[in-house]
Amino acid sequence: MNRRRLLKSGIALLSMLLIAPLRALAAVWNSQAFAAVQIEQALQELGVKQIATSDLITLTAPDFAENGAIVQIEVESHIPGTQAIAILAEKNPTSLIANFMLEPDTRPHIIIRIKLGESGLLKAVIKAGDQYFVTAKYVEVAIGGCN
Amino acid sequence: MGDLMKIRAIAKSEVTEVKVLMLHPMETGRRKNDAGEAIPAHFIQLVTATLNGRIVLQAQWGTGVSKNPYLTFYLSDAKVGDVVGVKWQDNQDQSNAIEGKVLAA
Repeated sequence: MNRRRLLKSGIALLSMLLIAPLRALAAVWNSQAFAAVQIEQALQELGVKQIATSDLITLTAPDFAENGAIVQIEVESHIPGTQAIAILAEKNPTSLIANFMLEPDTRPHIIIRIKLGESGLLKAVIKAGDQYFVTAKYVEVAIGGCN
Repeated sequence: MGDLMKIRAIAKSEVTEVKVLMLHPMETGRRKNDAGEAIPAHFIQLVTATLNGRIVLQAQWGTGVSKNPYLTFYLSDAKVGDVVGVKWQDNQDQSNAIEGKVLAA
């Protein structure tokens, strides 16, 4: 009588075991967010609903970038409970550049080199719990680097 | 294999600074070669960093990260001798990984 149920739960358990390691990697590339042209659309695909401007995020980038192919930027969040840092450029062909998900003992502090297509706003978006915060900086680009 | 990546983890007073260089073309798919043919997109999509095997950072990247990506991040609890690992996977299903021990400043 319990054979079927046992079989069912066995299959359920087995499929959980098979799926669990995949989910642990959490690594499904968000193709829709990265395909988005507009920042608003990319943020929507990242699950951002409301967003507030914050001066607790330090976004360091050059005022003037000679070569848009290599622009070094630094993002540091002082917002408690920061879990993720997303970097977006409004004038790039696709606006989302990178999204970093951090464990609690990883400092919310990233330095990376990015491409900028033309002069425009660079934005850093912070996720803390279910809240989102943003800061922006205008970067003037001499030679676009998004080819 | 190791030639495609470099890692350096240095324990500083309060944090461990990890610098990683990944040799990768990061092709956007928008560029054309001399014959006018499109060069296919080829870029790193996923980056995972571990401390003694435990995941500490996961990143998703698009084509807006520069060629030969150079990333710096900071760990609060890493000690000298701990092992920091970084692995990437690109849109053509190629991947690479490197490990390095945390060194004293």
